[in-house]
Amino acid sequence: MKNMKFLTTALFTSILFIGCSKDDAPQPVNEEEVITTLTVTLVPNDGSTAITLQTRDLDGDGPNEPVITTGNLATGVTYSGSIVLLNETENPAENITDEVEEESVEHQFFYTPTAGLDVTTNGENLDSEGNKLGTEFTLVAGAVSSGTLTFTLRHEPTKPNTGLNDADGETDISATFDVSVQ
Amino acid sequence: MRNYALLVLLFSSITSLSQNCDNSLSGIVTDIHDGQLLIGVTLIIADTEQTVQTGLDGEFSFSNLCNDTYFIQVSHPYCLTKGFTVRISGNTKKSFKLEHHIEELNQITIEGKAYSDKSKTLLENTINKEELERFNSGSLGDALNSLSGVSSLNTGSTVVKPMINGLHSSRVVIVNNGVRMEDQEWGAEHAPNIDINSVSNLTVIKGAGALQYSGDAVGGVIIAEASKVPVKDSLYGKTLMTATSNGRGASLSSKLTKSYQNGWYATLQGSLKRFGDFEAPGYVLSNTGIFERSASLQVGFNRFDYGIEGYYSIFKNEIGILAASHLGGAQDQIRAIDSDVPLIINDFTYTINAPRQDVTHHLATIKGFKRFENFGKLSIQYDFQRNNRLEFDIRRGDDKKKAASDLQLDTHTVLLDLDAPLSDKIVLKTGLMAKYQKNVANPETGVRRLIPDFQMYDLGMYFVMDYQLNDQWLLEAGGRFDYSFMDVFKFYRTSFWELRNYDQLFPEIVLEELENQILTNPQLNFNNGSATLGANYTFGEDYKLFFNYSMASRAPNSSELFSEGLHHSASRIELGDLSFNSEIAHKVALTFQKENDLFSFNVNPYINTISDFIVNEPTEIQQTLRGNFQVWEYRQTDAQLLGVDVDASYAFAKNVRLNSQFSLVKGYDQTLDAPLIGMPPVNISNEIVYQNPEFNNIRLSLQSAYHFKQNDYPNTNFEVFIPETETYKLVDVSSTPDAYHLLNFNSSIDINLNQKSKLTVGLRITNVLNTSYRNYLNRLRYYADDLGRNFLFNLKINY
Repeated sequence: MKNMKFLTTALFTSILFIGCSKDDAPQPVNEEEVITTLTVTLVPNDGSTAITLQTRDLDGDGPNEPVITTGNLATGVTYSGSIVLLNETENPAENITDEVEEESVEHQFFYTPTAGLDVTTNGENLDSEGNKLGTEFTLVAGAVSSGTLTFTLRHEPTKPNTGLNDADGETDISATFDVSVQ
Repeated sequence: MRNYALLVLLFSSITSLSQNCDNSLSGIVTDIHDGQLLIGVTLIIADTEQTVQTGLDGEFSFSNLCNDTYFIQVSHPYCLTKGFTVRISGNTKKSFKLEHHIEELNQITIEGKAYSDKSKTLLENTINKEELERFNSGSLGDALNSLSGVSSLNTGSTVVKPMINGLHSSRVVIVNNGVRMEDQEWGAEHAPNIDINSVSNLTVIKGAGALQYSGDAVGGVIIAEASKVPVKDSLYGKTLMTATSNGRGASLSSKLTKSYQNGWYATLQGSLKRFGDFEAPGYVLSNTGIFERSASLQVGFNRFDYGIEGYYSIFKNEIGILAASHLGGAQDQIRAIDSDVPLIINDFTYTINAPRQDVTHHLATIKGFKRFENFGKLSIQYDFQRNNRLEFDIRRGDDKKKAASDLQLDTHTVLLDLDAPLSDKIVLKTGLMAKYQKNVANPETGVRRLIPDFQMYDLGMYFVMDYQLNDQWLLEAGGRFDYSFMDVFKFYRTSFWELRNYDQLFPEIVLEELENQILTNPQLNFNNGSATLGANYTFGEDYKLFFNYSMASRAPNSSELFSEGLHHSASRIELGDLSFNSEIAHKVALTFQKENDLFSFNVNPYINTISDFIVNEPTEIQQTLRGNFQVWEYRQTDAQLLGVDVDASYAFAKNVRLNSQFSLVKGYDQTLDAPLIGMPPVNISNEIVYQNPEFNNIRLSLQSAYHFKQNDYPNTNFEVFIPETETYKLVDVSSTPDAYHLLNFNSSIDINLNQKSKLTVGLRITNVLNTSYRNYLNRLRYYADDLGRNFLFNLKINY
């Protein structure tokens, strides 16, 4: 009988426990790792106005498509390029480029013009081990042509490599811009 | 004074009648558990030493007894001896009840079942202790895989999720020690949190007929039970050790039981498993190690007519997920699929890196029963479960060590059950269930919640009645009703909220509008009815026919309702639907069974028709800054699954036996008139077993398992633009792997160490031919081959 009494007590305690839980609304999550915005600034060495290529996707992996801004290059001009990554879901926006540069060994940017587009690119800055990082680069616009230019950020690529084909690793960013050389 | 007078009268009456000594005492002896007649029970009358035994009908009879009070000792080899005082007055009838135990230690098989039937009109497939021990270094899913009609949905080789007749996750209910497991079973990459070494008997019911456990088991019910403890003074235990070549690891499990004649008992059990990277033929499967720890304690008091038991278990599992399966977007997927070997192959290591899972499951239960004569057995149970699931992803910066997903699910359940024999022929089981569940997603992860915070209340009631019409026919009918209420706090992305028109459909649930998110409070009610109707017909010497119809209703789970975003471990965007209703399944199953020592078989065809079946399948491609991802949307449709499972066992020579199995299932989406995704392909297995009990119980077996190619699958391939080559490329995610054949060898021998201890030594080789193969039901099949050859050496000591 004693056991039954204990059991009944345990049961009632548990029901009480159940009855008492009440909660307030949960806190929103600060998305810390999302990259919403990639901005490529191309500064021409002839002193003319800088060109900005930007892709901006404020809902991250939500259904909205990224908003893409592009620009046109001038033939024969060499540009100094730099890439900035932002997380604009946070306020103020977080600069992700800093994180990428801190972990430079684990990252590398690649630039892929399509065959029809006459531009050549070269990554300029290096990681802490002397291999390419590529958040800064030079771009030389050749003859009049058009096509797309893709910027790819790979995480943990094989370094050194000859390009995307043997870089392996995982894609963190892949952004494509319609570009023409005029 | 009155009492004295009565007493005097009583005594005088005894003496006056005691002159007459030609009376008889007759009756039956039964098992208190199930009323089964006990044969060979010895009854001795103290003083006169008159001795009789019960016959095949369980009956006994004494003659030449006086009208007196006798003391009778009743004993049976497998029961605790008991004394009874009987007063004889004329020809007396008296029945005795003994408690029939299982002789665990000496492993003597006894008549009758140690574990009671869960459903009387559905075939139960069971895996006993000896078979389970062969899988002791694996998982519960590995052991279940050995049954016909049961397959598994795998993520690599360590996350093994059971699948019954083509259905899995929330559609398969797992009951562990009487407790329904609440361990976030909705996820395809969430394996059940049960240590296989804590289980002594595993039963699979391929249908929803076992209404005492649940009404939503559209696929079926898996019941894991711990061993029963005898009521006698005893101390016994066992230790199992297994070392394996593949994974270069070992598992160790120990169990100790102490029991007392007065009914008290305690069992302590613990397991430890540690494996490094597993290997496919030719390469290391990097980051596939596993580290599993578990312990359980069971303390109880068991008497003939009442008992109480407390049980606590903790299960902690750390699992590495194949490094090469972690991908950015569709471009990465193409590279991974096109490559013959995984994109990441490192040297062997025991270290488990991200991506990995770290899951802890606590289960505590307290239960008691009381048997009332002429009424039945009343049981009450309270259980608490806490499941904490951490998923670590490959992350950047400060978040590297932080879990990407941190979910804690707490569940409290109270059960009240009554098992009442209404007459000799009718048994009624009925009960009530109340459940409270709370899920909290830790916001500190820095990743949007995959599963929102919610509280859920469930109330259920059921009855199952069976009627033994005659020796041949048994009829069963049951019904169950469940009500559930879900109170959810969900943050929706504003873009998704508007795209789905939720701003028009559910404006009343909005609590707060943030910059690009909306906080909502959906409150959902589900009323689910379920029923079963069946018959069991016994004919000939050993033939049986089972017929069962069951209806199951399942409320959509939180993943199906609320998923909304990138599921990184699956490299896809998953979208649920807030407006889903319950899916309702009607299953008709037929089983033709023959059971005898020489040749036994069962053939089990079935048809399962499910309305509002929730499927998850690819619908489109979504562009993000990370690249293109496939979008998997949950959708409700009408589905039908048809299949047949066959088991056969034939002893074609002394000590030699052939066991065969065949399973086939076809699933169709009736709305789209297309095959369902992820259905197990046809498989056949044949095993030759040689076992000689006279020669140290040596056992040798060779098994051949052939898995066909799945030819029925929906085409969910998609195209993606590759900037490097300026072309669109097909991502083939739907083609199924080729058929494959595996050979497995198993051997064991018993060595008696002394009177009380026994050593069993075993060697097992899986994938003997080191065949390279990929399994359609392995979610990582795109990226790597399955396991290569594995030598498993095991030792078991019973003491």
